[in-house]
Amino acid sequence: MMLTVRDLAVSRGGVPVLEGVSFDLAPGRALVLRGPNGCGKTTTLRTVAGLQPPFEGTIEGAGERIAYAAHSDGLKSMLSVTENLRFWAQVFGTTDIAPALRDFDLEGLADRLAGNLSAGQKRRLGLARLMVTGRPVWVLDEPTVSLDTASVALFAAAVRRHLAEGGSALIATHIDLGIPEAEIFDMTPYKAAPRAAVQDEAFL
Amino acid sequence: MIALLLRDLRLAVRAGGGFGLGLAFFLIVTVLVPFGVGPETGLLSRIAPGVLWIGALLACLLSLDRILALDWEDGSLDLLATAPLPMEGIVTVKALAHWLTTGLPLVLAAPLLGVLLSLPPGGYLWVMVSLAVGTPALSVIGTFGAALTVGLKRGGLLLSLLVLPLYVPTLIFGAEVARRGAEGLAVETPLLMLGGVSAGVIALLPFASAAVLRINLR
Repeated sequence: MMLTVRDLAVSRGGVPVLEGVSFDLAPGRALVLRGPNGCGKTTTLRTVAGLQPPFEGTIEGAGERIAYAAHSDGLKSMLSVTENLRFWAQVFGTTDIAPALRDFDLEGLADRLAGNLSAGQKRRLGLARLMVTGRPVWVLDEPTVSLDTASVALFAAAVRRHLAEGGSALIATHIDLGIPEAEIFDMTPYKAAPRAAVQDEAFL
Repeated sequence: MIALLLRDLRLAVRAGGGFGLGLAFFLIVTVLVPFGVGPETGLLSRIAPGVLWIGALLACLLSLDRILALDWEDGSLDLLATAPLPMEGIVTVKALAHWLTTGLPLVLAAPLLGVLLSLPPGGYLWVMVSLAVGTPALSVIGTFGAALTVGLKRGGLLLSLLVLPLYVPTLIFGAEVARRGAEGLAVETPLLMLGGVSAGVIALLPFASAAVLRINLR
């Protein structure tokens, strides 16, 4: 298994929002998280990415195998597309950024400053970053925001290639991505029962 | 790590990067002081080491909130935290980049500005030495303050209030080295104390900065 999550409970601001979440992610599989706004999709992804400790439960296989893409793309507006991508490639210890530029149709924009890109182009650059991380588990939070239909298709193709190479993906999204390998995981039944706010132990 | 350092340096020197902000502020302070206190050479040369140190310290303070806040706003701090770099390394590199773009220019500019304050001839070397030894501590302490306040709206005020008391030992010993040097006295004791403060904060604070940053990113 790429990723094994057991009885996970996650909290936002010290209040549990989800509990009893369990799922497995096998190589070549994608899991699409669904649920209404505020149900804890982002919090779950941040917990899996290791930015936040789990409130309860265990996550196995995370850590150094996760490539995380958040709502913000982490781009520097004063660096060019190539410079942005090359920086992340160097951070993750890879060198080849050409396939990422090609797969997300960024070759014509390579020398433009990221600050001059449109919202959708920035998003494509943010997603291209995943390909230069060389990591097997993609954890994606609303990856298709501000993408047009053609770009969603580019993204879906990139995810499918990643899955075909033995990678896996955990995606929170509301739209149909057109990825037949993806299973839907509805988070609504795992809403946490109301309990008293618990102080985050780090602040005690 | 080197990639992060080079990126930060490149961003600092590009338009809007804030390189030169501290230097310009340092210049303004030292140019204005003679107008404020009057053109009396004796008085000016007596206060010159202290004025240079206070100017350098405030110039450093001015750019602290950029160390982490910009990376937090565009989301790269989250992504860096999930990258294979240790958080301690990230904050150390951030502090180093801040020193290279803010502290080092101040060290190099100080002798030129010393002329405006009629710094005694013996003082130039020791102003530079004391700033070279002391400003790395300012950057490292500043990064700790930036890590504490990252994510807060208008965190700049809180950052200054948190960091200023921590700057006091560096200021006292740094200005003392410069003053004694300018007056031709022995500088060993305050220089050792200044070096001790810098070595101590460089060794310890990155761990504290990394710990508070991890909590702040939750």
